[in-house]
Amino acid sequence: MNLKTFKLGGVHPPENKISEAAAIEKTALPKTIYVPVQQVLGAPSVPVLKKGDKVKTGQLIAKGEAFISANVHSPATGTVAKVEEVTDTSGYRKLSVIIDTEEDIWEDGIITDGALAEECSLSAEEIIEKVKAAGIVGLGGATFPTHVKLMVPPDKKAEILIINGVECEPYLTSDHRLMLEKGKEMIIGIRILMKALRVDKAVIGIENNKKDAVEHLQELLKNDSQIKVQALKVKYPQGGEKQLIKAISGREVPSGKLPVEVGCVVQNVGTAYAVYEAVQKNKPLIERVVTVTGNVSKPANYMVRLGVPVSYLLELSGGIPESTGKIINGGPMMGKALNSFDVPVSKGTSGIIVLPESQSKRSAEVNCIRCAKCIGVCPMGLEPFFLAQLAEVKDWEKSEANKIMDCIECGSCMYVCPSYRPLLDYIRMGKTNVGKIMRTRK
Amino acid sequence: MDTTLILYAVASVGGIGLVAAVILYFVAQKFKVIEDPRIDEVEQVLPAANCGGCGYAGCRNFAEAIVKSGTLEGFFCPVGGNSCMLDIGKALGLEAEIKEPMIAVIRCNGTPANSPAKAQYDGVKSCFVANALFAGEGGCPFGCLGLGDCVAACQFDAIVIDPESKLPVVNDKCTACGACVKACPRNIIELRYKGKKDKRIFVSCINAEKGAVSRKNCSVSCIGCGKCVKVCPHDAIVVENNLSYISYEKCKLCRKCVPECPTGAIWELNFPPRKEKTEASVAETENN
Repeated sequence: MNLKTFKLGGVHPPENKISEAAAIEKTALPKTIYVPVQQVLGAPSVPVLKKGDKVKTGQLIAKGEAFISANVHSPATGTVAKVEEVTDTSGYRKLSVIIDTEEDIWEDGIITDGALAEECSLSAEEIIEKVKAAGIVGLGGATFPTHVKLMVPPDKKAEILIINGVECEPYLTSDHRLMLEKGKEMIIGIRILMKALRVDKAVIGIENNKKDAVEHLQELLKNDSQIKVQALKVKYPQGGEKQLIKAISGREVPSGKLPVEVGCVVQNVGTAYAVYEAVQKNKPLIERVVTVTGNVSKPANYMVRLGVPVSYLLELSGGIPESTGKIINGGPMMGKALNSFDVPVSKGTSGIIVLPESQSKRSAEVNCIRCAKCIGVCPMGLEPFFLAQLAEVKDWEKSEANKIMDCIECGSCMYVCPSYRPLLDYIRMGKTNVGKIMRTRK
Repeated sequence: MDTTLILYAVASVGGIGLVAAVILYFVAQKFKVIEDPRIDEVEQVLPAANCGGCGYAGCRNFAEAIVKSGTLEGFFCPVGGNSCMLDIGKALGLEAEIKEPMIAVIRCNGTPANSPAKAQYDGVKSCFVANALFAGEGGCPFGCLGLGDCVAACQFDAIVIDPESKLPVVNDKCTACGACVKACPRNIIELRYKGKKDKRIFVSCINAEKGAVSRKNCSVSCIGCGKCVKVCPHDAIVVENNLSYISYEKCKLCRKCVPECPTGAIWELNFPPRKEKTEASVAETENN
């Protein structure tokens, strides 16, 4: 088989996909769930409910009013106990709707039978409208609103839809299980996305450590001339939008531009499945697959309703062991350590990883020895050691000139650094400041 | 030895030098930059700290701006203070504004004892980085992170992190240049009047959450109860967003609000110890 990959940089950390054989389990609902109103890379949504209101599963609870924002729907039936600030995965308290749950009663119009609905007769505009109403965001982790991505600017033309089934982060297996178990639905979702984007070509990119998923989807797409499955060489960060475009189409997104500039639109496999549910079953985005793995007795993949506390999932997986040092939300390369167990699962939570104390301590930082390993692995062709130094001395002008904003924060530089320099921490700080300066300039 | 050779050499080099000197003289006359000598005078008086506390890039820029505008209104050197401004006024024949001296004040008392750590941070020792990641080890999203961005910003060694309380402490080297105020990602530091004999009263908290929420993380947070507002005879205190704020311009340092505060969020600095409350002492404070 011909394996493609991106050219520049990249690392291959131990894969540790210990939960890849665990089928997706539906979880029961805890008594109380906490639904943050901001679950999107964009403006927070505005809650439309008050304390004491009854909600049905799938009912709108917060409306996304800004251009880059997304609706939030109730993941359960019950009563609104409070609209209050609750610590979420960002580490800060954010406005959330707290719901006391009961038996599920679905909102009118949502089809809950498991039958496969293949035909979709809606127009592109109607599909985008439905995706927007369902509050779908990119489920790969970045949570950018999907409907915004589907609206191609009039002067640009999308040519290829790339479906991201790479899952290059170690440990995570949620996309892998979804491709195996919901492949048919996902493919219908991809066809709907192709219709919305008016493209006739789609490629599903999957890393070659998921051979069963590649074969399964190839089997399903035997008679399809438009959708292709492309196996990719295992290399982190292949799941990055720009890296995946380079790997599959050979095109390179120019600095500071969007993928549509080179005719590509990238969507995650989870997003494709959510689009199927929203368009064919009228079901808004109220649940997602979350991998709970690492140092737990039962590594698993759960289909979880949003708003369920992480502690509840950890309990299902056998509790938190004594030796735990860190619990990470997301993958080990890009994820963020949680500072509380009670944070709710949100649209961007792809995995919960429990790490023992021995693996969670950072080694003491020493001086840069100019070995240039970080430059060798940077998938964006940047000089991480230099950018980190510039950010450390707060030279924002030079940081910008050295393209700090092109950093995708994959963490490869920090992974290989033999001096254990916190390169990415400094670069993130630089990006925040340079971004602020650039916005004031506009 | 042929001395004429030496003479020729001296004469030709000397001649070139002479011609060049004449050209340079006329060029210098032609392109002369006339600079106001008063700028130098003002710069002499300034403390040459180049801290940027006045709002200009350095002392020279500040001096240029003063001389150019021809007035001292709106100009103030926080390092030199009033005496420096009076000297500038004398040099330029202008009247200087007299300002109350100021000092930086840390408005957080989230020591490990008051706000016990719930998480551990082992990332970069920078408040800016930590602020982007989480609410803080104690869990207060408004509180001091204690990683010393203000210490790094201070040019005068006026802030140090106290090893016991893990909070920055301002000493009297502070010139109120405001560098720490800008460096703090959470706006905890405020410039306030230094006060007579360094006496100051302020709310040592900026937590705008509801009382029940903020008290979960910190036992000395302001809960916005408004007791201090009621007791203040000078209308110096306002409660906004569950947070009390004492205006340093209106506060007369009567100390009445301090014992009223149920959480001890109001601080008094450099006051003599309180006497037992007798009628005489109450009358005395009221007369003041």
